Amino acid sequence: MGDMSEGGTTKKFLYLNRKASYGTVYALESLEVVLIAAAFEQDVSLAFIDDGVYQIIKGQDTKGIGMKNFSPTFNALGDYDINKLYVEKESLDERGLTEDDLMPLVYEDEDDDWAEKPSIKIVNRAEMADLMQDQDVILSF
Amino acid sequence: MKFGILVNEGPYQHQASDSAYLFVKAALEKGHEVTRVFFYHDGVYNGTSYSVPPLDDRQITKQWSELAKEYDVDLVLCVAACQRRGMMDDGEAERHGKGANNVAEGFRISGLGQLIETGIQSDRLVTFGD
Repeated sequence: MGDMSEGGTTKKFLYLNRKASYGTVYALESLEVVLIAAAFEQDVSLAFIDDGVYQIIKGQDTKGIGMKNFSPTFNALGDYDINKLYVEKESLDERGLTEDDLMPLVYEDEDDDWAEKPSIKIVNRAEMADLMQDQDVILSF
Repeated sequence: MKFGILVNEGPYQHQASDSAYLFVKAALEKGHEVTRVFFYHDGVYNGTSYSVPPLDDRQITKQWSELAKEYDVDLVLCVAACQRRGMMDDGEAERHGKGANNVAEGFRISGLGQLIETGIQSDRLVTFGD
């Protein structure tokens, strides 16, 4: 169950996003947990499956529905050292989407002279299952 | 075993809070520890003292309050979720200029950090919701 470091326990937290952004509040409130969690210095990953892949589609425009477009917040995750975002390939395929439809989310790698690197990794369903198996805590929204 | 519990749905609309309650009760009766029950999304409505369901139905909020009293379980309502949904304790009501406290006995309002802390401190974090 996690490693001891710097006076506290570090666990592997996975935030599993399964729903689209605006039909229900789950996506927005999941992102709020992720941002708070960043202060706890845990090993954080995000996964996007099912309709959750729609959360990080680029070019979102919510003017017509009178709701706040919160997708730009995903750009800030890299600054919080949250740079492991896993997107399930089958979920993209089932919705006629490809990696090119997703926001180009990046982070600066401090171990590589702050080189800008992609945060998103496309994985297949079996790899997603392995990722989940590897976690201490999964928060599913 | 130390369980942490996350409840993501409101009462009556969804079975999640019933299942969570029965799970927590069973776990405590078996001698397990429940570090905290954290209520998020519409789950915060489980803690409203203004719920008056028909008397021949289960009294969900009252059940939680009684469980908290009997086993000293920490029932936490997420403050951000509460603010969106009109759940206020005395401090929140005063801060926002609202008239009333509608948090039932045994519940308290606190931040999302308490959810992360629960995940860190529990052997298992069990989520109830869609």
